[in-house]
Amino acid sequence: MKFSENWLREWVNPAISSEELMAQVTMAGLEVDEFSGVANEFSGVVIGEITEAVKHPNADKLRVCQVTDGVDAFQVVCGAPNARSGIKVAFAKVGAVLGEDFKIKKAKLRQVESMGMLCSASELGLSDENDGIIELPLDAPLGADIRQYFDLNDLIIDVDLTPNRSDCLSIAGLAREVGVLNKQDVTAVIIEKNAVNTQDSFPVSVVNESGCPRYLGRVIKGVDVSAVTPLWMVEKLRRCGVRSIDPIVDVTNYVMLELGQPMHAFDLNELSGSIVVRSANENEKIVLLDGQEVTLRSDTLIIADESRPLAIAGVMGGENSGVSDKTTDIFLESAFFAPLSLAGKARSYGLHTDSSHRFERGVDSQLQFDAMERATALIVEIVGGSVGPIIEVTSESDLPSHNDVVLRRQKLDQYLAVSIDSDLVTDILQRLGLNVVDQSDSQWVVQVPSYRFDISIEADLIEEVARVYGYDNLPSSMPAASIDFSPVAEAKTPLQTMRSSLVAFGYQEAVTYSFIDPVISSQFYPEIEAIKLENPISVDMGVMRPGIIPGLVKAYLHNQNRQQSRVRLFETGRRFIGTVEALSEMDQQERLSGLIAGSRYPESWNQNGDKVDFYDIKSHLDALFSLNQGVDLEYRKANEVYLHPGRSAEVLIAGEVVGVIGELHPQLSKTLGCNQAVYVFDVSLDAVLDGKLPRYKAISKFPEVRRDLALLVNRDIEASSLKDVILSVAGESFKEVKVFDVYQGQGIDDTKKSIAIGLTWQHPSHTLSDEEINNSLDVIVKELDSKLSAVVRG
Amino acid sequence: MDNLNQILLDALDAVSSSESESSLDEIRVKYLGKKGELTAVLKQLGNVAAEDRPKIGQLVNEAKEKVQLAITSKRNVLAAAALNAKLANEAIDVTLSGRGQELGGLHPVTRTQERIEGFFKGIGFDVVGGPEIEDDYHNFEALNIPAHHPARAMQDTFYFNANTVLRTHTSPVQVRTMETSQPPIRIVCPGRVYRCDSDQTHTPMFHQVEGLLIDENISFADLKGTLQQFLNVFFEDDVKTRFRPSYFPFTEPSIEVDIWRINSKGEGSWLEVLGCGMVHPKVLEMSGIDSEKYTGFAFGMGVERFAMLRYRVDDLRMFFENDLRFLKQFN
Repeated sequence: MKFSENWLREWVNPAISSEELMAQVTMAGLEVDEFSGVANEFSGVVIGEITEAVKHPNADKLRVCQVTDGVDAFQVVCGAPNARSGIKVAFAKVGAVLGEDFKIKKAKLRQVESMGMLCSASELGLSDENDGIIELPLDAPLGADIRQYFDLNDLIIDVDLTPNRSDCLSIAGLAREVGVLNKQDVTAVIIEKNAVNTQDSFPVSVVNESGCPRYLGRVIKGVDVSAVTPLWMVEKLRRCGVRSIDPIVDVTNYVMLELGQPMHAFDLNELSGSIVVRSANENEKIVLLDGQEVTLRSDTLIIADESRPLAIAGVMGGENSGVSDKTTDIFLESAFFAPLSLAGKARSYGLHTDSSHRFERGVDSQLQFDAMERATALIVEIVGGSVGPIIEVTSESDLPSHNDVVLRRQKLDQYLAVSIDSDLVTDILQRLGLNVVDQSDSQWVVQVPSYRFDISIEADLIEEVARVYGYDNLPSSMPAASIDFSPVAEAKTPLQTMRSSLVAFGYQEAVTYSFIDPVISSQFYPEIEAIKLENPISVDMGVMRPGIIPGLVKAYLHNQNRQQSRVRLFETGRRFIGTVEALSEMDQQERLSGLIAGSRYPESWNQNGDKVDFYDIKSHLDALFSLNQGVDLEYRKANEVYLHPGRSAEVLIAGEVVGVIGELHPQLSKTLGCNQAVYVFDVSLDAVLDGKLPRYKAISKFPEVRRDLALLVNRDIEASSLKDVILSVAGESFKEVKVFDVYQGQGIDDTKKSIAIGLTWQHPSHTLSDEEINNSLDVIVKELDSKLSAVVRG
Repeated sequence: MDNLNQILLDALDAVSSSESESSLDEIRVKYLGKKGELTAVLKQLGNVAAEDRPKIGQLVNEAKEKVQLAITSKRNVLAAAALNAKLANEAIDVTLSGRGQELGGLHPVTRTQERIEGFFKGIGFDVVGGPEIEDDYHNFEALNIPAHHPARAMQDTFYFNANTVLRTHTSPVQVRTMETSQPPIRIVCPGRVYRCDSDQTHTPMFHQVEGLLIDENISFADLKGTLQQFLNVFFEDDVKTRFRPSYFPFTEPSIEVDIWRINSKGEGSWLEVLGCGMVHPKVLEMSGIDSEKYTGFAFGMGVERFAMLRYRVDDLRMFFENDLRFLKQFN
């Protein structure tokens, strides 16, 4: 809320500077967002009167004015169209300073001498509008300093109020708070009952009592809407960020700012029959003050008459029932709408008003009479009129109840780890307006005033005491150390270790958005219906990613398009597959994805610039799965839409698919704009991190024996099946098999390939004899022939 | 015997002027070989008077040793020179780059998050994660933010339907932990969070680390002490802080922590870095924890904000562009 410091100081004026005041309220929880002067810095501008204004002899658009400051007369050339004899003006005399480099000097304008300048509101920083020079009220005292006259030595302070402190959305509320902090009494404005001088009334019925527990109305007849809002009110409104509209609307806004009660004035002659406070009928329509037509829902509280809706209760009035320049009689509203019935309503219609802001957070339910009397007095003072009686419809049972709250000494001390002096606690509570109805050594019983509806439990009182005492004045300590640590599973590879491994392979970690373009999503995962956001930030961030790879590819393209062609990226994060209707079954698994493209090594004098291929990225994935003893991985040809059908694989552990790896499908790659082959993997993060505790095995003292075989096999025979066959018959002293060469091409049948394998044996307790090795080898060769038609090459 | 001396001098001369292994071999053969000149002298001993033979024999042997020694030492000199020449020839340009991969690096958000987690792990907090698509109950209701609470407007929420949201904070993880365990609870919950907001200082996704400590007798002082320590450790400095009253529906009292920062022009200002407070009794009760017996504090911080402060990044959006020229600055 924006407010004028001087207005606040009319209510409570502690002997502290503006800076101290702002620091003080900030540290009490009313955070000052920003502050500014209420006008430009200027000096030497006084109230003058134009006694004569004639056309400039040498210029059509200029006038030569005679201006008096009450003592001397000055000739001033002025270009404003409204410069005329008889008006009072802001007169910057020779020597006046209007800005850093703007000093008023004696000047000649087209050969006519000018001794100063007549100022517009925007030149003084009083307004953004620039329509001629300021015209001051006729009673403005000649010669008086403008700064004093407008009370410009003031600050506009903007406090960012948290939703619980709507009691401070008024000068009265802020003053109460400042009074507490400075132990000063607050001088509230005196509100008296207005004399009723007409019995004119207007019927009010409240249908929805829980939404509107109290509704006050009053008729004021014979108002003169041509009257002008007094300058002091216009200025106060302006400093609180409210524009002056007309005297009646200005008064309602003024009372809202002063006391915190939003009000509304209807043109009595536009109302038909009676005021009805009710829920809207579904699809009922209203044209609001701002001109827009709104179709109402039945969950919306409205003020209606017998023929039509007049206002969305507590939000905004209608266009045709408000005060206009033809208004003579008004119906003034001062109501208490229940926060819950208004909550979210303004927003649901795309509206947010000063009124809805207050009602949603809560208005003092005991404030309506005071506000009505205050507004009545101000209206009569400015536009006159005869005052009718207050019409009241109150449903006491629907008004907020105010229970007593108990604050226990023991809880207070335990929460704050300090024992604050009892008198001080009582003093803080009472100055906050919390009536201490009972007090003992062990507790305070506190009656909460209607404006502090945020206080309902003990912790709220503790907060109030702590806040006023000052958080910075409270002690600080470390919690008692605990030796109760949770065990760390050593078989689980720490995420950090996994990340470090990828970093060692040259990967940069990426963080891409969890929401992606639905079009991209369907290109990668046509069979998955991606989960849609109801209110995405933009269309291309419309669905939750079913996988990380589209994000990494997008990041790759970002870099490719910035001359970064060697890219290695990885990301960990969740994927989202399922439906929000079955939230508990939704797959929100954490995944690890990687992407590589470009040269195998960084460009260097000793590298030939070879590009990465499938086996590079596969080695990275293998390495990750070998961390912490690892698991036995299987690779099986994959059938993934976004991957190259001949260069991709599913990754399996114990028969279960945990991920995929491969080259991005060349067609998709081209469509997306990749200018080279891109390789990716995507695996379950848990699968990567699951490992085993190391378990020691005795090392054989006996020599290893190795034999190499060159086999001729059909091209479609995979290395893994060779290994499987060998291991199935090799016997227990067999140690391992390695493929050390693969060749296909010249010298070999087109349908065949040559695979060279190294076989190793080692026995734990004796040296293997040639005979043992040869027997094992024979068995292996025969099995390879019978199962895979593999032929040993000469 | 003049002859012997002359042979010796000639031999030594020849050794000293020899420039190669092969010429040294020739010299050795010429003087010391079976038919060598010094050997020949020995063979002539028969012509010498018998009483002179031992003496002359000795002289010849001494000469032979001298020549042998000269040859050996010359051989060493030549070998050393040859090695030096070979090594000189093998010299490489040590300023050329090495062979192999360059290291990659972690994302600055991860780096920062691990640093934050590290502090809390060190004082006995566990790291816990949870779902990002959440139900309304865990994201709002259980945190004392009923439907239409004005605080909901503080967090622009992404919705899937009326009851399902993208979590706006990692607090739901705290709720889930409280639902399934009893105090003492000491957890930090890092992760992605989402708010429907996008401009220079807001991205629709960012990271938070939230923490929760619930036990008997946990006080406001513990909260202050822990967070002050954390900030000191994180920034490796005695950080000037202020604990300012604020409002969150799930804590009471609620606090925002500001730190004092000096900008490049030397001007100081307060900057908000943390939200925290004592856990609201209602929040404890809703998750089945006795609020009479237990108290606790909770806190939350934006990881990107800490990363920006620490590494002086001035554009939040850089974190999600994944531009290698940005990412590599944190390697």
